[in-house]
Amino acid sequence: MKRNRRVSLFSYVNIIVLSLLSLSTVLPLLHIVAKSLSSETYLLAKEIWLWPKGFNFASYEYVLSYKQFYISFWNSLIITVVGTVISMAVTILAAFSLSRKNFPTKRAFMLFFIITMFFSGGLIPTYLVVKQLELLNTLWSVMLPMALAPFNLILIRNYFLSLPEALEESAVMDGASNLRVLVSIYLPLSLPTIATIGMFYAVGYWNSFFQAMMYITDRDLMPLQVFLMQIVSNSKTGDMTTGGVLSELTPESTTAAAIICVVFPILCVYPFIQKYFVKGVMLGAVKG
Amino acid sequence: MMKTNSSVVTREVKLTKWRSSKLLKYWDLYLMLLPAVILILLFKYVPMYGVIIAFKDYNFMAGVWRSDWVGLQYFRELFTFDEFPRVVRNTVIISLMKLLVGFPIPIILALLLNELKLVKLKRMVQTITYLPHFISWVIIGGLAIDMLSPSSGIINRIIEMLGFQPIFFMSDEGLFRWILVGSDVWKEAGWGAIIYLAALLGINEELYQAATVDGANRFRQIWHISLPGLKSTIIIILLLRIGYILDAGFEQVLVMYNPTVYDVADIIDTYVFRVGLGSMQFGLTTAAGLFKSVIGCVLLILANVFARKMGEEGIF
Repeated sequence: MKRNRRVSLFSYVNIIVLSLLSLSTVLPLLHIVAKSLSSETYLLAKEIWLWPKGFNFASYEYVLSYKQFYISFWNSLIITVVGTVISMAVTILAAFSLSRKNFPTKRAFMLFFIITMFFSGGLIPTYLVVKQLELLNTLWSVMLPMALAPFNLILIRNYFLSLPEALEESAVMDGASNLRVLVSIYLPLSLPTIATIGMFYAVGYWNSFFQAMMYITDRDLMPLQVFLMQIVSNSKTGDMTTGGVLSELTPESTTAAAIICVVFPILCVYPFIQKYFVKGVMLGAVKG
Repeated sequence: MMKTNSSVVTREVKLTKWRSSKLLKYWDLYLMLLPAVILILLFKYVPMYGVIIAFKDYNFMAGVWRSDWVGLQYFRELFTFDEFPRVVRNTVIISLMKLLVGFPIPIILALLLNELKLVKLKRMVQTITYLPHFISWVIIGGLAIDMLSPSSGIINRIIEMLGFQPIFFMSDEGLFRWILVGSDVWKEAGWGAIIYLAALLGINEELYQAATVDGANRFRQIWHISLPGLKSTIIIILLLRIGYILDAGFEQVLVMYNPTVYDVADIIDTYVFRVGLGSMQFGLTTAAGLFKSVIGCVLLILANVFARKMGEEGIF
């Protein structure tokens, strides 16, 4: 089925262009890794490209000596794990009930969810609700408001709808409850989809930061992204105010090491989940 | 409309005799829906109701309901001074710049990937270019600030090696928006290509074979087969992006901007965030947010209507 056996000029150019694009994605990351492992003298002399000079782990030791790093890491972990579990439970249950063919009010409820994709009350009213519920300075404030994404609900519902009805007939005839049908028939059949959506939620929680900036002022509850944000803006203001002469507010290598520490968990799980993500987007593409 | 298995139907008919209320009959399904409904009510619908503080002199003691009405005072305030119109202009300009550059690139990337016949290389390019989508803006902002730093950034190192003066990228009003566009493309171009690749997979391979027999080169194949095959996807994504034109990238700007570039980089969301929470001007900034929500909503509905008019399935 090959349509063009001859390797043409086009193919060569194509390979080169795509390789360059990939390089442009990887090189900035490699550069930061190199910086994080280099000693400050080489950094100040701007001699670091893609390979560390004056190889040492001092900056990592420095980042890992912050007590705040561990506190924040733990907070982010809790937010990600607990948040994802809540999100998945809520989303799957709702998606299932909205996928039942004989459920009478499902259209009205779909509309109820879809409207929120078109119109939002905005940042300040949402903040006031969180405040009113006395969720400020709790980890709930960064989980509950974003716990249900209507788009994910629609994706899972569409997948449930696509499963053949015949599968559940015998179970229904045996008098299985709806919950039973969900747990023993639907869930096992939709594991890849559910894993995908779960990963979407988890990455969303791990990467979320402006919610925490809004709702959390207590340093003991600060998630990792906000911690990193503070380190970064510290080095940023160093560059801003003094025109770069005195940028040692936070040593460069420390910023670099902090960046690597925060992105590391994502880099670790990414190779394993990458193919699921792609599947998830395909789901959206087929029936959005 | 609905076709249910006949045995199920007869059983349900029997059951309805003693389960008169529909609510009672489907109690378990309602129960499953309840957590989602509560979350959405609390965190989406209550804030929608809360936008009335855009018309009130909100104070904490009185709460939303008992604060005094001020009518359109905040909207008048927003548009009397230069600041808000400038913020709206920045939002639209940054969005349009991102659209101009960031919209075609994923399409081109998908077309190139589709032409790549080396499966291993193709998979590697995909894996690598999807990655930045999963990296937070805090990290990407940190990377950008580091690499563009005038004192130690690698980009300025290259500029100096070429014999020029270092550029203060992050405080340069002329360049800052392009940095937003560039980092946005870096983060999302690969991921954005997936949806086009999916559409390209749906094109019948025989079309390409026939074209090859007819002597069409790669460019003509792309032009006459691949692109027409992508037409409906391109239209949908374009409409969707226009619908979200007032979302110029809240988190990105929040991480990367600084006071020296507020004039060109401050967008509606960052303005609401900074002025609203920073100086507690809840009424004024809720009005600003409402302005954005209403226009955004209208744009999204229009985008949907157009999509349907053009024979597409609609966005949602």
